[in-house]
Amino acid sequence: MRELTRLAVLGAGHVGPVIARLAINAGYPVAIATSGDPEDIALIAELVIPGAQPRWASDAVADADIVVLAIPLHRFLDIDPARLDGKLVVDAMNYWPASDGVVSAFQDSASSEIVAARLSGSTVVKSLNHIGYHELEDRARPHGAPDRRAMGVAGDHPAAVATISDLVDRIGYDPVRLESLRAGRALQPESPVFGVALTLPEFERAVHEDEKKHVGSLS
Amino acid sequence: MTYTFGLDTFGDRNGDAGGNPLSHAQTIRNVVEQGVFAEQVGVDFFGIGEHHTEEFPMPAADVVLAAIAARTERIRLGSAVTVLSSDDPVRVFQRYSTLNAISGSRAEVILGRGSSIDSFPLFGYDLADYERLFDEKATLFAELLKGGPVTWEGKTRAPLLNQDVVPHTENGAFPAWIGVGGNPQSVIRAARLGYSLALAIIGGPPARFAEYSELFQRALEKFGRAPLPVLVHSPGHVAATDEQAKAEFWPRWLDIITLVAPERGFAIPTEQSFDRETGPHGALYVGSPETVAQKIATNLRVLRATRFDLKYGMPGLTHDQLMTNIELYGNQVVPRVRELLS
Repeated sequence: MRELTRLAVLGAGHVGPVIARLAINAGYPVAIATSGDPEDIALIAELVIPGAQPRWASDAVADADIVVLAIPLHRFLDIDPARLDGKLVVDAMNYWPASDGVVSAFQDSASSEIVAARLSGSTVVKSLNHIGYHELEDRARPHGAPDRRAMGVAGDHPAAVATISDLVDRIGYDPVRLESLRAGRALQPESPVFGVALTLPEFERAVHEDEKKHVGSLS
Repeated sequence: MTYTFGLDTFGDRNGDAGGNPLSHAQTIRNVVEQGVFAEQVGVDFFGIGEHHTEEFPMPAADVVLAAIAARTERIRLGSAVTVLSSDDPVRVFQRYSTLNAISGSRAEVILGRGSSIDSFPLFGYDLADYERLFDEKATLFAELLKGGPVTWEGKTRAPLLNQDVVPHTENGAFPAWIGVGGNPQSVIRAARLGYSLALAIIGGPPARFAEYSELFQRALEKFGRAPLPVLVHSPGHVAATDEQAKAEFWPRWLDIITLVAPERGFAIPTEQSFDRETGPHGALYVGSPETVAQKIATNLRVLRATRFDLKYGMPGLTHDQLMTNIELYGNQVVPRVRELLS
């Protein structure tokens, strides 16, 4: 059954090819797409992501069980939400004003909550966003490896979080489930786990400390 | 195979022997001395990367390069990088074709984003437009390089209709590269527009970029272009011994990465991560001349690149330390790499 889980990775920039490669190594069939002609990324697929199928985004999404958003956040607003209806969507994007500029639509809430609100027909899970694309591949380890790192998986739907946790485990990380997209704020830029690859105990400690700080700031 | 070797600086603010920062003005004058000295020790290229910050006060690289040009004969001089997205391609062309005139056809440009995002708010650009700005402006710049009247229309600047842009170059287009971090689509763009490829490798195993080198050559074929060179740009520091180089560089590296980490998503370096990056499979070229030469030779081979640019310096290092670095690089590292590659 699991062998049939098909991924569509949207984005062929820094992050998309790395996620696609990890998923291919884990045995998933992967299609990769940009906003343009698949011919434009045919060479990238052949040389950088061997095994990935370059496709038009609409075709890749239509055939996918899991859609990974690996595009710059401001480009997300160009996507027609209806195209992703009924899909399990992994939000690997970040709202990171210091690096990418201010996007007014994302100023006020957890970025994945805003993504989920826009993709009202989809199930959104936040993950694969908080380890840098260079490290994402270097740090991946098989299940049980002593130096394995942790990856957060946040979502409002337990079954979807379970599915993506399984994906995260298969591509080489210990999944850490966070019970809501709101809690996924702990995975955002400037949080203690962002940009550092932590082991499971380190990760849990960092998220816990961060939560205490937020609770403190609310009281 | 002909290899060339460069030194790049971002105008890293120098320190004095007591650890106090020198003025921006003195740092800039020191860069001129360093560029002149680079020629004296046989370095092929001297590059200056545009930055706009307290630690890197280097917004007008072309002015500094012109000062070096006036005092040198042979060394090639260029940007490393020009942040084209927040500049006007016509003005960039004019400034570097003027440098080309002053220097007797020794100018080059590397176009890219670099690590500098400070120019966007400074000049009123939106980072969200980055891709479109770069794509349009790199396309126009490629047209300008051809020489002759240019006709161009886009969304990021006023259109040009059969416009002659001066000064004309004497010997055709000067070398132009696109600097790429880790985005394969940027590699394809460089090939499509006919730019050479500059791989900026500042972290992790350099061998990972071998596929980009191959992607670039395959893309050139696909677009019906002749092969073009690939250069590698990486940070480092050369001193008499590995221990001395590391001892000088590490605290400066720790300071600057800690400073920019929140903006760029870098992890704060640890002694362990520093050892990894300065080791044989890391991106930092910090060590004795022999250590650095071995690493350069290995990576030029692996990456099928014909030029290596060492980004020397780090804010807080002294002018004397930088001059020693340049001296060792020119007199010992470069000849040793040539020997290893012959």
